[in-house]
Order: sequence, then structure tokens, then C-alpha cells
Amino acid sequence: MVNYYVRRTARVFVTIFMVASLTFGLIRLLPGGPYTLLRTRLLRQGVPAAEVDARIANLQNIRPDAPIWEQYIDYMFALAQGNLGMSISLNEPVVSILAKSAPWTVFVVLVSTILVFVIGISLGALQAYWEGSRFDKVFSGISISLMSVPFYVIAVLALYIFAYQFGWFPTAGTVGRGVEPALSVPFVLSALEHGMLPIFSYTLGAIGGQALAMRGNSIQILGNDYVQVARLRGLSDRRIATRYVARNAILPMYTGFLLLLGFRLGGTVILEQIFSYTGLGYYLISALNTNDYPLMMGTFLVITVALVLGVYVADLTYSKIDPRISAGGSDEAY
Amino acid sequence: MKPTESESVDWRSQSSSAPELTTRERLHEVYDEQIRTPLFVAWADWRTRFGFLILAGYLLMGLVAVLGLWRAPSTNQAPRYLMAFENMQYPLGTTASGVDLAALIIHSTPDILLMITAGAVWATAVAVGIGTVAGYKGGRVDDVLMSFSDFVMAIPGLPLVIILAVTFSPENPILLGIVINISYWAGLGRSLRSQVLTIRENDYVEASRTMGVSTPKIIQKDVIPNLMPYITVNFVFAARYVMFASVGLYFLGVLPYSTQNWGVTLNFAYNSGALFSWSAAHWLLAPMIAIMGLSLGLILLGQGLDRVFNPRVRTRMTGKSESTVDADDEDSVTEVL
Repeated sequence: MVNYYVRRTARVFVTIFMVASLTFGLIRLLPGGPYTLLRTRLLRQGVPAAEVDARIANLQNIRPDAPIWEQYIDYMFALAQGNLGMSISLNEPVVSILAKSAPWTVFVVLVSTILVFVIGISLGALQAYWEGSRFDKVFSGISISLMSVPFYVIAVLALYIFAYQFGWFPTAGTVGRGVEPALSVPFVLSALEHGMLPIFSYTLGAIGGQALAMRGNSIQILGNDYVQVARLRGLSDRRIATRYVARNAILPMYTGFLLLLGFRLGGTVILEQIFSYTGLGYYLISALNTNDYPLMMGTFLVITVALVLGVYVADLTYSKIDPRISAGGSDEAY
Repeated sequence: MKPTESESVDWRSQSSSAPELTTRERLHEVYDEQIRTPLFVAWADWRTRFGFLILAGYLLMGLVAVLGLWRAPSTNQAPRYLMAFENMQYPLGTTASGVDLAALIIHSTPDILLMITAGAVWATAVAVGIGTVAGYKGGRVDDVLMSFSDFVMAIPGLPLVIILAVTFSPENPILLGIVINISYWAGLGRSLRSQVLTIRENDYVEASRTMGVSTPKIIQKDVIPNLMPYITVNFVFAARYVMFASVGLYFLGVLPYSTQNWGVTLNFAYNSGALFSWSAAHWLLAPMIAIMGLSLGLILLGQGLDRVFNPRVRTRMTGKSESTVDADDEDSVTEVL
């Protein structure tokens, strides 16, 4: 038992370490090397070469003339101390930008993913119960149509209709201007108002897939013998629905949840750009457009860490729900 | 679906060594089993029928573009800001710079079709390779492969694609499709593996093993045919993901482009303020409808194909059996995304 938790926790650190190494490698692969552009610009401005090197070293804790392994070690040590370098375009430590933006991304992704699950599962379960009814047919149709609409189409349309045409919601930003970021009523209201459209468009498109999956799972389980037996025993419909069917139908979806979380965290790159919602994805794109490599890698790293932690938590809770997981007896090798 | 046919044909020709069957009869049987019945079942289901028709429509559009049957898009080829159906020479209307929208949509199709096929083939091929080997071999191999795919799963897809796109700036649609689905296989591979874990306990797999059949052969002949339904359905979903992601990234202006793409059209429309005025709404809507149509086709096909592979539905539909009317033969499309 303990063994599983220890192993799982160790894997989190290994994964983060590997992703950090990957970002180091990717920086080196970027077109023209990491700081060629900046360097030529500074040199052209008449900054002496030694100072240029010093500045660049300061930006990413990299000494451009050092051997690559030394650069790597420096980079990793700086990361371990929470130093991600300076943003070139915003002239601010990357860490402070990330600290400001990460909560918004987590807020949108978490709220919308929970909504997707709750709504999708309830819809799917109801459809499975009334299989073949008009309700089922209508909602199956709706689910399939929703699945074929990418969320950014919904986002653009929602922005067009609700923000620009009707003016019900703000068109950009995370909170209103001049609202103090404190735990006060106006701040929360403003945050909700600004987050409403992104969350709505991120939720709506994903419900269909979840509802259909839940419907399929439930129907399969409804056909099982133990459900028949439960009916014969005269158990109440409600008890059968929640204890016998829903539980087992949700289980396989929980693993899908891990994957979903990853796709959804990544998808914020597009979502936040449409709503000018200054979260991690927004800064990733703006860093990309300004060749701001430290910020770009910082956001990438933080999105990944958020995902790794999310999956970790989900994994640990999954083993609580399904005892078979933590037993994890490895199979015979052929 | 090509692989299914060849796979199962091989399998059949090996096992049915009955000498009294003539080649002709056998061919007939194979045709009946592998082509006629699936097609019949597929066509009987409205979802597959519509899915096929929609996809055929897009293929036709691609063909029109490749053969040059419709004018290529270029600026000032038409009056600016024509609404849709205003002038039947330009049925979808024109953009701010006088480009025929229909031409933009049509000439984007071949590259998109190439891209989604390449991405889906890549994702499913890698997933099948890793999933079956890990699941069948077990032990150390399984540990290594699954740790690797867990690592890949831990990297959020789109940001990685964006960084890779900036780094390598792939313009070839086939390469681009692969880059977009570079990490898609991980989730699919994992779920394939867990299915292989049960398949490998089957008697016939054990029989092959004791007979000393090599591992690749067992995986190819005994394991993969069982997974075909799942693989096909997820192939369709992988294709859909490539399209969603690529159009989204083109829309952001992140991917390099040399040819037309619906996302590029969407991006231009968005950036020239199509959001603020009705006169440019068609510019925004045309690519959106193109995207949704193609994904609807793919989804319907995926949903319908699930039934084609379901043996119970299959026998019932072809009228060979009446007794298998069961509640649990319903589709249980398991989507990874």
C-alpha cells in the first residue's frame, strides 16, 4: 500500500525533472539559438559584448560561453530555487508573471472540467435510463452535434453574441479595471463575470462526449446480471441507480478524466487568446510572438507541472475509489 | 479499414485449411464475411451512412481543388464583401480583399484531408505498437513503455505542439499532422494495453505461445484483430483531434502556412474585425461550417463503425439470427479524448 504512494510520488518528481530537461533542450533547438536575436539587437545598440553576455546570463541564468553540461546544471539549479529568469518583453521576473496568471487558468479549467463532468454524467445517466425515449434521442443528437463543434468556434460565437452584440459580458480581461485583487465581494463578482464566457464555451463543447460515454457505460452495466438480481431483490430504483449503475459506469470515465485534464489545460492556449484572458496560455502565445523564450519556457513548464499535479491527485483518489489499482500486482512477463 | 481486411484474410487463409473448399468458394466466403456484411451493416445504420456521405463530399471537394475545377483564391478576383448567395458566381461571398470564399474553402480541403489522415495514422500506429507490445509482453518491457507513455501524457498537447511548430516550422501537411498528434498516442496506447491484458489470457493465444509462434506474429494474428473495432473508432477520433487542433492553431496564427487553410481564413476574418459587423459574418461562418461539417462526418462514422464491428449487431442486421436481441449490444464508444 505505502509502496504505491511512495512510487507514485517519486514519479511526479521524475516527470517534472524530465520535463525541465526537455525545456532546456527545446530552448537550444529554437530557431537561431536562444538569444541570437536579442544579442544582435543589443550589439547593434552599441552595448559592449561583455555586458551583452552578462545581461543574457542574467535573463536565463545561462552563460552562453560555458560548455553545455555546465549550462544545463546551472539551469536546473536555478529552476530548483524557483528562478525562471527574466521575461524579455515584459521586463519582469518570469516567476511573478506566472504567479499572477496561473490561478486564472486553473480557475477556468477546474470549474469548466467539473461542470463538464457533472452535467455530462447526469445527462448520460438519464439517457441510459430512458433509452430509446424521445429525451434520449434528442439529447443523443445534441451530444453528437456538440462534439462536432470545436470549443473555439463556440468561444468566438459567444464573444460575438454575448459580449459585442448584447454587451452582457466584458470582452477581455480577468477582472474589471481598478478592482483590487483581494478576497472581497466586488472582486469575486468581477472575476465571475469575466470568467463566465470562457467557462461557458469551454464547458458546452465538451459535454456531448462525456454524456455519450456515460450513456454507453450505463447501458452496458444495466444489462449486467447483478443489476437484474438487484431488481429481483426488490431494491428501490434509486438505490440501483446510484449504488449499482452510476458507480460502475463512472469508474472508467475517471481514468479518461486524467487525459481530459491534459487536453483541457493545453487547450487554454487557444481559449485565453480569444477572450484576452491573461492566464498561462495567453502569456505562452504572447511570449511566442515576441520571441520571449524565458517566459515561453516558464509558462510551458508551469502548465506541465499543473497537469502532473492534477493527474497525481486524480490517481491517488482513484486508488481510493477502485481498490484494484493500488494492489497493482504486476503480470507475468512473456 | 484496409488493415482489418488484409489481417483477417490472412488469418482465415491459415486456419481454414479444409481442402475441399475451392478457391472460388473461399473467395466468395471471404467477400461475404469481410466486405458485403460490414458494408451492409454500415449502410443500415444512418450514422455511418451520413458519415460516409459527408466524408465523400469533402473528398470530392478535395478532388475539385486538386484537379483545378474551381478557381484558385487570389486577391481582387471579385467585388469585396459580397454576402453569401448574393452573387451566384461567388456562392459563399467574398472577403475584405475580394477573395472568393468558396475558393478558399475548397482549396484548403486537400491539405487538411492529408493532414488529418497523416496525424491519425501516426497516432494509431504508434499506439497500437506500444500498447500491444506492452500489454502482451508484460514485465520489464511493459514498465518501460508505460513509464514512457505516462511521461508523454504528462506534457500538455497543444503547448508542446506550439513550441515544436515554432522550432521546426513544418509546412508539409503530412509532417504537420504528425507534429500535432505527436503525443496523442499515449492515452490510446494505454487503453489498448489494458485490453491486451485480457486478450492475452485467451486460450488461442496461449496455444500459439506454446506452439512457439514468435511474439510479433502472435500480436499480429491473435491480438490485433481483436482490437480492430476499438482502433478504427479511435482512428476517427484522432483525425478529428488533428483537425480541431490544427484549425485552432492556424486561427491563432501560430502555425506556419504556405497554403490555404480554414483556420487561416478564420484568422483573417477575425483579425479584420468580422466580429463587429454583420457584413463580414459570412466570412467567419463559412470556415466554421466547413470545420463542423467534417468533424460531424468523422464522429458519425466513428459512432456507426462501432456497430459494424459489434458481432451481435452484425448477425442480427444481416438477418442471420433473430435470437440475439439483447439490451447490451448497444454501442459503447469509448473515446480517449
